[in-house]
Amino acid sequence: MSIPVYDSGIASGLLAGILFGYVLEAAGFGSPRKLTAQFRLSDFSVFKVMFTAVLVAAVGLWILRSTGVITQASVYTPTTFFWAMGLGGVLIGAGFAIGGYCPGTSIVGAASGRIDAFVFMAGILGGSALFGWAYEPLQGLYFAAQGPKAETLPDLFGVPEWIVLAALIAAAAAGFAVGNILEKARGGPLSAKEVMRDPEEIASSTIHHTAKELNAHA
Amino acid sequence: MYAEPRPFWPPLISGIALGLTLLLTFVITGHGLGGSGFFARAVAAIGGWLAPAATAANAYYGPFVEAGKPLLSWITWEVVGVMIGAFAGSVTARRARVRVERSDGVSSGSRLAYALAGGLLVGMGARLARGCTSGLGLSGGATLAVAGFVFLIGFFVAGFVFSMQFKRAWQ
Repeated sequence: MSIPVYDSGIASGLLAGILFGYVLEAAGFGSPRKLTAQFRLSDFSVFKVMFTAVLVAAVGLWILRSTGVITQASVYTPTTFFWAMGLGGVLIGAGFAIGGYCPGTSIVGAASGRIDAFVFMAGILGGSALFGWAYEPLQGLYFAAQGPKAETLPDLFGVPEWIVLAALIAAAAAGFAVGNILEKARGGPLSAKEVMRDPEEIASSTIHHTAKELNAHA
Repeated sequence: MYAEPRPFWPPLISGIALGLTLLLTFVITGHGLGGSGFFARAVAAIGGWLAPAATAANAYYGPFVEAGKPLLSWITWEVVGVMIGAFAGSVTARRARVRVERSDGVSSGSRLAYALAGGLLVGMGARLARGCTSGLGLSGGATLAVAGFVFLIGFFVAGFVFSMQFKRAWQ
């Protein structure tokens, strides 16, 4: 049996998905308040979990390749389309900050009962459809600045893979340290208890406060 | 009295578990995890039912319906799995409840409007980028693809900028 197995059947999809969904939910990533707290710098879970996961999988793939278990080009590696991917990332970052989810986490939010996540998913369908409608005029942008096929950071910088991995591990460690300091200064990451709590009925003082703010903005 | 929800896993533990899940997915399938691809296939399928001619003529979604049964794909089974995993996990940890999750200063109506607007941007962004936080950021990042890091830089920069502009949505 050669590895990867290249099994993209039903059981393979269900297994990967069940683990993916279970872990995302356990991390607290079904909660839009917890997810967006990353960008208010009060909860670094998004950075910590994503960076750790990327590095665990990247080091794992590196070990599998160096020990000859898998060959160099055996796993799918996306090719860069600089503008489309950079701007697409910007749109997703904006949508995440406004709506509270990304596609995967909206599915987790919906599966744990959040109505706002269902609405967000409807929005993704609408946005995807809009893209199809605008695709022809956008084609120039869609294919602009294409990079070499399946280019990786070691290719780009011309250094061995282990140096890139070591640099990323150092960057992650620095990010964890900075994150811990900022979390502590801003009241700590959101707990499951806080996330499950419903907001208090909006007190009239808050309404007045918000109205005053709105007037100030107008 | 409701029993208290079980605490979330610490980020390092979640990250290691997510990384091992991703590595296992690469070993089994040769590719990583995804999210937005399912929504694109769902649009192709819904378009194919509601407006078959217009969908077939569309430069982007036409090829999906031409290939036949756009939803019969690995990513669909994966998304069904995500729903099962997240549902089972949240129920057993007492973290599942039907509600609109919002912050104190935001009404449910505004929260849903923000969710719809955010979803629209994310849908457009994911099609433009050819993937989302899962497919490009996480899975692309793990292969050390330049594409994954270009995406992640755009995502984090815009996240901070728009988060400052839309503080009101979460205060």
